[in-house]
Amino acid sequence: MTPAISVSQLTKRYGEIEAVRGIDFEVAAGETFGFLGPNGAGKSTTIKILCTLADPTSGTARVAGHDVVRERDTVRRNIGLVFQDTTLDSYLTGEQNLRFHADLYGVPKAAFAPRMRQVLEMVGLWDRRGGVVATYSGGMKRRLEIARGLLHAPRVLFLDEPTVGLDPQTRVSIWEYVNELKKREDITIFLTTHYMDEAEHCDRIAIIDHGKIVAIDTPEALKASIGKDRVQISTADDQAAMSSLAEVFGIEAATHEGLVTFSVESGEHFVPRLFAEMPVGIQSVSVSRPSLDDVFMSYTGKTIRDAEATVGDRNRMIATRFGRR
Amino acid sequence: MATKDIPAAQDAIEAQDALEARERDLTELIRVAVPERSLRADLRAVSIVWRRELIRFRTDRLRAVTSLVQPFLFLFVLGNGLGRLASHGLPAGVDFETFIYPGVLAMSVLFTSIFSAASIVWDREFGFLREMLVAPVRRWAIVVGKCLGGATVATFQGFIFLALAGVAHVPYNPVLLLTLVGELLLLAFTLTAFGVMMAARIKQIQAFMALTQLLVLPLFFLSGALYPLNGLPAWLTVLTRIDPLTYIVDPMRHAVFAHLSVSPLAVNALSPGVTWDGWLVPIGLSVAMVAAIGLVMLAIAIAEFRKTE
Repeated sequence: MTPAISVSQLTKRYGEIEAVRGIDFEVAAGETFGFLGPNGAGKSTTIKILCTLADPTSGTARVAGHDVVRERDTVRRNIGLVFQDTTLDSYLTGEQNLRFHADLYGVPKAAFAPRMRQVLEMVGLWDRRGGVVATYSGGMKRRLEIARGLLHAPRVLFLDEPTVGLDPQTRVSIWEYVNELKKREDITIFLTTHYMDEAEHCDRIAIIDHGKIVAIDTPEALKASIGKDRVQISTADDQAAMSSLAEVFGIEAATHEGLVTFSVESGEHFVPRLFAEMPVGIQSVSVSRPSLDDVFMSYTGKTIRDAEATVGDRNRMIATRFGRR
Repeated sequence: MATKDIPAAQDAIEAQDALEARERDLTELIRVAVPERSLRADLRAVSIVWRRELIRFRTDRLRAVTSLVQPFLFLFVLGNGLGRLASHGLPAGVDFETFIYPGVLAMSVLFTSIFSAASIVWDREFGFLREMLVAPVRRWAIVVGKCLGGATVATFQGFIFLALAGVAHVPYNPVLLLTLVGELLLLAFTLTAFGVMMAARIKQIQAFMALTQLLVLPLFFLSGALYPLNGLPAWLTVLTRIDPLTYIVDPMRHAVFAHLSVSPLAVNALSPGVTWDGWLVPIGLSVAMVAAIGLVMLAIAIAEFRKTE
């Protein structure tokens, strides 16, 4: 069976900046595949190339079996898109937005009405279809976009940061719709996110940092590959604590999010020793099983929030220099 | 579970199965049927982009009203006020309002057309442009739909003004009205194409509006909408001949004067036609030139929107 997406040696340069630096991956049909990384890591650029909105500088990408440059229109017919920023016409009603989409994508006229009902019911907007989009809440707009992305029954659905800017409750409900969708439609989902908890919904994830894929596997396998628990302590003197951790236990620690953070095997057994042997006063301690956060940290050397802080500037620079299209 | 409940439960299961089967069928049906790209699909895209402009216009009454304010001011306030002064120079039987009516009619279309094109800049700002640009249709279909939509909306606007012909003592002659509508459509299409071409390049709405302000009034004032094109100073003669709007205002005025009962002398004085160094440009050529300019701008706009990152 042809993979839903296959990418080989893909690069994209914007002038001096190399946003994507030679990535390779495949997504099997029916898979939910997540691209995980901080803002500016190259996620959006990759998704733009896969959606035929940008041409790669070098390398190839095939979506639904078709080349994204040479067979652009065939690719477009086979994909559904939900972007980070809303692309709805807020002066039209929900139904009018869908009708517009159906006509642009050539959905057969006879199939439009039942299919519209199907996708609107799936996202719980059937009753609100006559309302002008400007009156919708943020979550409703995103749900309408998901419904619209599905209207022409694409083989691959792209969700670019599907829950960014939404409140936690709405985020949960969006994920309920997406999970429901996986059950109901025979579809491949490619999504980008910088929320670790959301990456857990994926069958497989790729961690991308500075335009390169640093790890790619199932969330479980990635977490298992770490093998160690994460311990975070707050102390009276972080510098002293870090140096005594190195001296007494031979552990290399770093500060992340204001806490002294390090990894050890079987953390719950390590904590009593820590209290007994540490010369520096400890105010609090937390031990966690490896999460995707730790996976991210072990592959990139920083937490995703640290990474956001450093790439934010680079990202803004790209945004201002190239604008939006 | 009690025995008597079984049929009901089975019914429910069957209903559920039927529902799921129907949903599966739907997905299949649509997937199989999504057509290859064809001219027909592109025309369907033209049509929906066009219809969207009409829906937007219908729901945005404020815009319709505000863009009529300026032409109204010109025709009634300026027309009446200046008319007293100008009447000394006008032949008997022709009002100043009648004289400027064709030009102000063109003006009523001018603003609406360019503002319709501005909606592309808004669409970009609010992301909707992306929905259109990523669709599996040719870009020309979207640009043409947009231009036709803008032209239609602007011509509607012109209709309102056309209805006021009587107030400016222009007769409601069917041939005249049809001629004017045709000329308005052409003008509106060319102007929208011009606006869309600019909108392809200018991404900020403020910049677009500023440029519009900069262009619209000079275009209008140099078009001969408010004065006859003969006997002007040399520099102004040259400028009026460069202004594309001149070549549509003149045919419109020609049509109006052909349906007035005034002396040929008065027609010659007030609607002398466009001359290039003494050579009278035929009406047909004028109209063809405006159409050609519109098509060239449309082609440039399509080429601009075809580019990808």
